Amino acid sequence: MSFSGLLLKRLLLSVVTLWLLSLIVFAGAQLLPGDVGRAILGPLADARAVANLNHQLGADRPLVVQYLDWIGHFVIGDMSMSYTFRSPVAPFIINAMLNSLKLAAVAFALVVPLGIGGGVWAALHVGRPLDRLISVIGLSATVLPEFVTGIVLIMIFGVWLDWLPITATAPADADPLTQIYYLLLPSLPLVFVLFGYIARMARAGTIEALDADYTRTAVLKGLPRRTVLWRHVLRNALLPTITVIATQMGYLIGGLVVVEVLFHYEGIGSLIYIAARGKDFPMLEAGILSIGIVYTFATLAADLLYSALNPRIRFGAVE
Amino acid sequence: MSTPQMDMAEARKADSLKSARYERLRLLARSWTFMAGLIIVLFWVGCALFGSALVPQDPFNGDLLNTLAAPSADNWFGTDQLGRDVFSRVIVGARDILTVAPLATILGTILGTTLGLITGYFRGLVDESVSRVIDAILALPLVIIALMALVALGTSNTTVVIVIGVFFAPIVARTVRSAVLSERELDYVAAAQLRGENAFYIMFAEILPNVIPPILVESTVRLGYAIFTVATLSFIGFGIQPPSPDWGLAVSESYGLINGGYWWTVMFDACAIASLVVGVNLVADGIQGALES
Repeated sequence: MSFSGLLLKRLLLSVVTLWLLSLIVFAGAQLLPGDVGRAILGPLADARAVANLNHQLGADRPLVVQYLDWIGHFVIGDMSMSYTFRSPVAPFIINAMLNSLKLAAVAFALVVPLGIGGGVWAALHVGRPLDRLISVIGLSATVLPEFVTGIVLIMIFGVWLDWLPITATAPADADPLTQIYYLLLPSLPLVFVLFGYIARMARAGTIEALDADYTRTAVLKGLPRRTVLWRHVLRNALLPTITVIATQMGYLIGGLVVVEVLFHYEGIGSLIYIAARGKDFPMLEAGILSIGIVYTFATLAADLLYSALNPRIRFGAVE
Repeated sequence: MSTPQMDMAEARKADSLKSARYERLRLLARSWTFMAGLIIVLFWVGCALFGSALVPQDPFNGDLLNTLAAPSADNWFGTDQLGRDVFSRVIVGARDILTVAPLATILGTILGTTLGLITGYFRGLVDESVSRVIDAILALPLVIIALMALVALGTSNTTVVIVIGVFFAPIVARTVRSAVLSERELDYVAAAQLRGENAFYIMFAEILPNVIPPILVESTVRLGYAIFTVATLSFIGFGIQPPSPDWGLAVSESYGLINGGYWWTVMFDACAIASLVVGVNLVADGIQGALES
């Protein structure tokens, strides 16, 4: 299959996935509560007030009409009105998403070199204590909930050592470096979770590449070890790692809820959290669907990047 | 038509199966990471089962004259803002999470296995459409999608079990499906089909017993994630509810206090969660290693 054909197919699949996701989100937010007005006003509210609110929100129309109305407006960037803030949702989502991307970028900038470095290092010492150590640390760090690592890190670096600020938001009009400084501590719990995934992938890839025939050929040709490592081993070893990094992008943007709540940071995660607490369904739906969109396109980008970097796919040798 | 030779062959086969199983157990027992994980998990299970009978003080009612006391001989882990003994609360706090998370895992495994058997066995349109829905669900982090469902359904231990179980199902289904795909090409399935067995009999009585190992691995891994998710949901207020001494809940109630130096109100709970999650994952890793070797 040609590259453009592949691109088209993947793009179509992403659109289908997003459409299904929109159905799930809509069902979750509109159908599950049964009666939206009742869910907002609570069990003690007057029935007429509930009916009134439902009419105001348009929740008394047929579901198909509600869905089409909602998704139709969403596609053109109009995410309807927030119940809590009584103003359009879109600016909140955009602003929060930008903040979250900043935090995610800092986390990525830290974890990608660390993870790849750790994984390759472990692979070069496979079976030795160091390799076991990196694997066990990676496994343990990956499975710890972010709020657990977060709270321990706040305690150590924020309170005892007093090295780093414990809120994520830098003072207004702070320069970029100061902003990054404020984001260091909040990004660490994310680094913990991601390190294990990336290191494991990089380790497996490197071990496989070290075993491959082309590596043996390169060594037997008499190439220096450094050249073999950089040009033959790592180039091939790190391809699958790219995919993992991109899939983790989606996790990052979603998994931010906890970190943002813990560090009082105004990102998409804390926006969803606030919407959930206030039963602000339009905000909740828009926030969740936006995360889905970012995730889907990050995965798509990773797929395409992988195909573009992998000569076997690029030249159509394999499907 | 059983000849002595065949009997002996059968017996030898059964023997080698048994010794393979024994060999796996021996491998597991020799792996220090697995044993360490198992000991941690068993410790917390013990606390969940017998903790409330053993703890030195009442985990629910505190001494309001003795709030936020630092760790001492009377209160080994100090007291919280309501004067409750943190040590007793940490021990009893194992109970809710070790009820909710395993139940959610079991529900997810049952639903997912059924779904995986069906999609893997029938393939075609059923498979294609279910796979798309699974992709769509997996496009969101579990915590987020669970949050949405819990807002809609209302939070209780039961809804947490149902929500996590339902969202685990597609993930388990994916693993089961790929195992079934290779299994259904084997002769015994064709033989069953020729005998005229119905599809559900073949799926559940013929194929299922042969795909148990990957399901076992998947469900232990899921248990780790379930604990992770329940703790996280409790921390953001959508999981286990007060007055439970649950760890995630305790951290969320007290983390504002660490600025004032009251570290003992959250640190022991945080360590408890960490040890349980790591323990379960070490066990899962050990089982995976033993079954795949």
